[in-house]
Amino acid sequence: MNTSSRTTSSLRLADATVAYGQRPVLDGFDFTVPSGRFTAVVGPNGCGKSTMLKSLARTLRPRAGAALLDDKPLGRWRSRAVAQRIALLPQDPVVPEGITVKGLVARGRHPYHSPWRQWLPGDDEAVSKALSATGVADLAEQGVEGLSGGQRQRVWIAMILAQDTEYVLLDEPTSFLDVGHQVDVLHLCQDMRAQGRTVLAVLHDLNQAARYADQLVVMDGGRVVAAGQPADVLTEELVAEVFGLAAEIAADPQSGTPMVVPVHRR
Amino acid sequence: MRRLPPWAALVIVSAVLLLACLASIALGSREIDLAGLWQVVRGREDEHLRQVIAAREARTALGAVVGAALAASGMLIQGVTRNPLGEPGLLGVTSGASAAVVTATAFLGFSGGAATVWVALPGALLAVLVVYLLGRPAGSHSVVPLILAGAVISAVLYAYIQAMILTRPDVFDSFRHWVVGSLAGASYATLGAVAPALVLGVVLAAVVAPGLNTLALGDDVATALGTPVALLRATTILAATLLAAGATAAVGPLAFVGLAVPHLVRALVGGDHRWQLPIALVLGAALLLGSDVLARVIARPQELMVGVITAFLGAPFLLWAVRRGKVTA
Repeated sequence: MNTSSRTTSSLRLADATVAYGQRPVLDGFDFTVPSGRFTAVVGPNGCGKSTMLKSLARTLRPRAGAALLDDKPLGRWRSRAVAQRIALLPQDPVVPEGITVKGLVARGRHPYHSPWRQWLPGDDEAVSKALSATGVADLAEQGVEGLSGGQRQRVWIAMILAQDTEYVLLDEPTSFLDVGHQVDVLHLCQDMRAQGRTVLAVLHDLNQAARYADQLVVMDGGRVVAAGQPADVLTEELVAEVFGLAAEIAADPQSGTPMVVPVHRR
Repeated sequence: MRRLPPWAALVIVSAVLLLACLASIALGSREIDLAGLWQVVRGREDEHLRQVIAAREARTALGAVVGAALAASGMLIQGVTRNPLGEPGLLGVTSGASAAVVTATAFLGFSGGAATVWVALPGALLAVLVVYLLGRPAGSHSVVPLILAGAVISAVLYAYIQAMILTRPDVFDSFRHWVVGSLAGASYATLGAVAPALVLGVVLAAVVAPGLNTLALGDDVATALGTPVALLRATTILAATLLAAGATAAVGPLAFVGLAVPHLVRALVGGDHRWQLPIALVLGAALLLGSDVLARVIARPQELMVGVITAFLGAPFLLWAVRRGKVTA
């Protein structure tokens, strides 16, 4: 990866209005992705988390304002050039019938190809690196359809690694996984960050977000209501206001990070 | 799930195509034995043999090209709609070409023959254009409106065709031959007439093939991997239309080639469209030539129309595909 040469790179939304149909989900929204960090985005359902992620990944286009990569609107970049810098794992990617693990991961190389160069010498190496980094090298020749949910999610993350981008956007990567596999995925996010990538993930579990991410962004009603280090952001007032939950903030016995403990009903 | 390496699959289907070509030259109501073929290769054949061979060469060339085009078209349609039962007729190619032939016969005193291609080709392209304009997804990227528009336009056109052939016996007579699909009377002139459409179609198919690999993962992943989804979809439909319209205009509608071959191709090389395209082209050519040889020898000295054979061979494939889809769904 060539992130070291781009210390000034930035990805942000500037005064962006994004809508499905008539109703804007984000209205005059500003947000800069914290560079080189693993940032967790949390907030109640329908607060605009996924919308923000999709706008940053160019799968949704702002009606007004813009998503900017290095201060240039995403729409003015070549599609493949953006895809070499920003990867997105959406909530419900489609697994094609009969595809193998290796075949799926290899599709992450698409941004580097062109109509007259549909294969490249570096493809195989990038794919096998991604397979071993996510611990699915043993499954390379197996069909993806036969895998468990946790294995599948590793395979999708391997595809993103094969894409070899500096920005990695993940939309609820831990949903529908059991807790063991949730932690697996969060460790992979930390690994990606340790490799110098910028990771932005929508998460639901506040405790996991506080424990594994190094930045926390809290959204409510289409706005960012708090952002910063988890220990500074996660307060009893914030949890009450944003999630309508009476809770005590305790220290995680393992990591010392803030942990939300709902108040006991008597 | 281990498969042959794709290049090995390509070598094997190429060998099958070569055999099919030889059989297509050698077999027919006048058989040419190996010694005869060898004479041809050496350029020392007699005059009658030379004429037979010349006719069969044109027939073989057209059959191979048409089979390849239909198979590639089916592969593109199945890829872009993510529907394993997709085929070019879905977008109105067949009904458009048929309606044009019927119209020309009924109102313009058109009598079939080599000129058919100049009627069927614009008819097919026009029908797909109407379907595309009606079903063009507005805002959403769904292809469902497109498929519905194709079904509606086809239904209307078939109703019109039925009305014409029931009221006009002359139309019925010429149309019933064309609609089955046949390679008899193939000529290089026909091939030349559809060649521009087919060449453009193949070039576009090669350009869109990698993008179809990303589209298979869903629109969001495709976009994130750098595929301009709307443009890719339009280009793929254009390529599939050019290929199917060219093939249909040249020989009439051939049932099941576009539907069945892509299934065989996936069984051979899996879902990578970069390999699917060359394999589909070669395998489609081989299967259509094989069907044509069968059509020539099965009822000797008469010959069947190749469309009858492809329909008979294709129906079991369709059944297999449907059942396979049910099991994995």
